[in-house]
Amino acid sequence: MPTKPEPSTAVESDARPTLMDIRDLRVHYELRGSALARLLGGGGATVKAVDGVNLALRRGEVLGLVGESGSGKTTLGRALLGLVPATAGHITYGGQDLAELNQRQLRPMRRRLQMVFQDPHAALNPSMDISTAVAHPLRIHGLVGSRAEGRARAAEAIERVGLVPAEQFLDKLPVELSGGQKQRAVIARAIICGPELLVADEPISMLDMSVRAKILELMLELRADLDLTYVYITHDLATAKFFCDRVAIMYMGRIVEIGPTDEIFADPKHPYTQALLRAVPDPDPERQVPRDLPRGEIADAAAPPHGCSFHPRCPYAFEPCGWEARDLRAMFERRWTELGEEVWERESALVGELDEIEGYQEQVRLKVGDRAPELVSLLDEARAHDPDEPLWRGVESIDSDDGTVTVRFRAGVDPALGPAGNIDVACHLHNPELRPK
Amino acid sequence: MATPNTPLSGGGGPFPQGRGRAGRALRGIARPYRSSHGVGRFMLVTGTVLVVLMVLTAVFAPLLAPFGFAQVSGDDGQRFATHLEPGGDHLFGTTTQGFDVFSRVVWGARTAVTVVLLALMFSLFIGVLLGLLAGFVGRWVDRVLVMIMDALFALPALLLAIVVAFLLSEYVGGGASTAALAITAVYVPQYFRVVRAATVSAKEQTYVEAARAMGAKPVTIMVRYLLTNVIQSVPVIATLNAADAILTLAGLGFLGYGIQPTEAAEWGYDLQRAVADTGAGIWWTGLFPGLAIVLLVMGLTLMGEGLNETMNPAIRVRRLLPVSMPELTSRTSAPDAAGAGTGRERGAAGERPEQETSKDGDAS
Repeated sequence: MPTKPEPSTAVESDARPTLMDIRDLRVHYELRGSALARLLGGGGATVKAVDGVNLALRRGEVLGLVGESGSGKTTLGRALLGLVPATAGHITYGGQDLAELNQRQLRPMRRRLQMVFQDPHAALNPSMDISTAVAHPLRIHGLVGSRAEGRARAAEAIERVGLVPAEQFLDKLPVELSGGQKQRAVIARAIICGPELLVADEPISMLDMSVRAKILELMLELRADLDLTYVYITHDLATAKFFCDRVAIMYMGRIVEIGPTDEIFADPKHPYTQALLRAVPDPDPERQVPRDLPRGEIADAAAPPHGCSFHPRCPYAFEPCGWEARDLRAMFERRWTELGEEVWERESALVGELDEIEGYQEQVRLKVGDRAPELVSLLDEARAHDPDEPLWRGVESIDSDDGTVTVRFRAGVDPALGPAGNIDVACHLHNPELRPK
Repeated sequence: MATPNTPLSGGGGPFPQGRGRAGRALRGIARPYRSSHGVGRFMLVTGTVLVVLMVLTAVFAPLLAPFGFAQVSGDDGQRFATHLEPGGDHLFGTTTQGFDVFSRVVWGARTAVTVVLLALMFSLFIGVLLGLLAGFVGRWVDRVLVMIMDALFALPALLLAIVVAFLLSEYVGGGASTAALAITAVYVPQYFRVVRAATVSAKEQTYVEAARAMGAKPVTIMVRYLLTNVIQSVPVIATLNAADAILTLAGLGFLGYGIQPTEAAEWGYDLQRAVADTGAGIWWTGLFPGLAIVLLVMGLTLMGEGLNETMNPAIRVRRLLPVSMPELTSRTSAPDAAGAGTGRERGAAGERPEQETSKDGDAS
């Protein structure tokens, strides 16, 4: 059985007080199955968008959530604000557990927790002028008495984010503004109530290159002036390096590595982080670094791999990483892709049932009748062909008896976040008990 | 709502340059008239002229009509002759009962406009409100409302109106409000459907989530963030429905379920009375009320189709407005609004309207 990741045990060396403490946060989505499945109560699969995240946000820091599309970084960011309900876990903020509050109870908290969205063109109501839009949070929370007061405060906020002179923008509709101007207006709307935490969900990815740096600079300025804490969600490592104090690397709903930005960029511990950093394009044509990018695609979130989610793509995976039957199929698919159609025709007839493997099985039984010795020798041949394939480290035994070949895998262990220097990393390679000697 | 009261710039007249809310509202009303062209523009302008004429007739009915709608005798106490041919004191002649046809037609315009405006207001209010609720809340609210509205939709319009009018006549009486409510029942499902569909797609927009992130209550989100964005397509339907509503009202009157003849003049009722006259060669009692119905319905239909032509993004062909480039010399000597950007990012604000329109025209 998979073991649940334990809460982080790394010493939090930073002296800054904790603003928000996230413990074992989970956000799961039920996938809709067929009508019949729903009737019978079986339902569809569950997508674990956020699956057991432990995190302590420190006051005044910029925490980067970095990951591929579908890694759960946006869902985590929204869960922090209560915009998506948490399935389990705790979000402690200001003495309250946000995960337990309902929408009505959350509403007053929203003054202090704000969000900047990815698409500035969609984040502003197209039929509301800028002054009304920016001042609306004030009116919602009853912080201004009159429309004129709201307008004055909006003008202040608009000037604060660099839309000068404010008079020129107050009566405009969002369509009349450029992308960068809109994003500034969105930021103005987010800071007008004096928030403590700002979750910025890829705030610059939809902007022109020319304004990206300016928006980030503006956000840094605002942090210094208004004592803000940022959660910066991005897939762009370059801006994360520039902008964040700490970075959390996410993969399939979990934080796989978290630590100070400099250290992670200088010495990434997790193979996934290493691969991400290698994937950053290098503008220098002379420096052709061999990039062993992770093979394959990010796995199906509805049926995540057993053990470490990254192990099917990981070049360093070893015994306890959670090998399972699906990996055998993936190995054969890679082999056939490499060796061509002839080999595929010959061998797929032998191992044809692999398509039926779904979900976690710690052993795979292939019924091949009297061709069992053939299959065993085929597996041996595949192993000899590519001995570096991490899969073979996870294969415990290959037995054949009575026309059935059984491939057994070693038991997998879920990696938990554990300390490796100043960095916390969820990888068996850095677990002193499991690490290969 | 681009109701009949929009004679502002019928033929691409001066473009209101006002700032702020009022200016924006005026520009919004004037936009279809400015951006339409060709057949669409012809329909829009013709329709608007007809509708405005009818509305003016309705408003100034007491001044225009020489007699009351139920008046059968002159000021001197002398009863009008029945079946008088058009001409003389009675411009459109008189009816079997001795009513003055011209006065009945003029007062009938007032009835029609009143009833249709009332019906539009009621059905807009109910339809938009329920559509917003169903679209925004979803779940069982949505399912129940959709079921009710589909049931209403399934009934033939006139039959539904008759049933409602019949039911209401006991409580409310046979006046304009009964007729308006009967027509309301017919048109609520249309607004409901359109608004619900628009709401369902609008509520997934980021700005709605942004509003939630701000801490806005669901009511605030519905009113301030959804309503303003989902009623865009309503003016077109409202105008087309108004035309249909005139016919429904006349149908009700013709069948005797509408406004009672003692309450107000009504074209449908007049037509029904005139059926018997046609055999006797008395054409004027039927022609003029019928013509009035045709003109008003045609005006509203043309206006609605014209609006649809210009506002429906699926079939809209925007007019290419000429882009006038300022002279080089004047540009250097007098920096215009476009040059006064933000200092940080040059806004695309100053020269926007012409540019955007022409760009869209190119694209489509």
